Amino acid sequence: MNDAAARNFEYLAYGLIAVWVILVAYVLTLVSREGKIRAQIDVLRRMMEDHGKL
Amino acid sequence: MKQKILYALGVVAALLLTRNIWTMLTKLPDEAFQGAIFRIIFFHVPCAFTCFLCFFMTLIAAIAYLSTHNLKWDAFAVSATEVGLAFGAANLVTGMIWARIIWGIWWTWDWRLTSMLVCWLLYAGYLVLRDAIEEPTERARLAAVMSILSFSVVPFVFFSIKWFRTQHPQPVLYGGGKMDSAYRIMLYGNWVPILLFAVILIAIRMGQERRQRELDALRREIHAF
Repeated sequence: MNDAAARNFEYLAYGLIAVWVILVAYVLTLVSREGKIRAQIDVLRRMMEDHGKL
Repeated sequence: MKQKILYALGVVAALLLTRNIWTMLTKLPDEAFQGAIFRIIFFHVPCAFTCFLCFFMTLIAAIAYLSTHNLKWDAFAVSATEVGLAFGAANLVTGMIWARIIWGIWWTWDWRLTSMLVCWLLYAGYLVLRDAIEEPTERARLAAVMSILSFSVVPFVFFSIKWFRTQHPQPVLYGGGKMDSAYRIMLYGNWVPILLFAVILIAIRMGQERRQRELDALRREIHAF
């Protein structure tokens, strides 16, 4: 494989990695949002328990 | 049940994608002029298709919200926009990596590239606008209007390579463009798992939006006492 072909493959790998990094980053934002929602549910549950609503 | 369907779709998408990557790296020949980097088109174009499809669904959801005032449509619109933006970003970045090898530059202010960037920024603005408005119905109404206005750029992005002289390659899937059938099958074949991932992500995001809305309603109820 000559230098140009090797560089081609190198950049192809960067492209594939970039797609997955972007999608994984988005999935991580979903995971973090899920964690925040769960934390809010816990806070609300405690508030309702304090108010004797449960 | 719904979660099991999503898991099953995820497994199918992952298997298809693994098979496609293996086939494109080991079975498909290099393109005569571009070499190995040509294979980036199998992600670049399906990501663009998925992005535009998401934005089109956002448009439908925005119109549906304005005519029904059902907040489910708003939840769908924001979910599809976010996922569309993720795939739009993947499209822009893969295009830049391809351009670095083929054109020798990362970016040029060409009609297609610039209009795609403007389109992406408009939809990113849609998310910023949503964050700035507290009241849910007002937020949904203004976001729907913004989404309809933003979609006006999408046909411009899509047809810019036909309407203007651009550095971006001419269409190879429609019009007078040509593409070898093996490449064409791989391109559409790779769109399937990418589309499945988009569906899964939209479904997960919609679930979160629904739960967040229920939580906000409950919180308002508690504070009202």
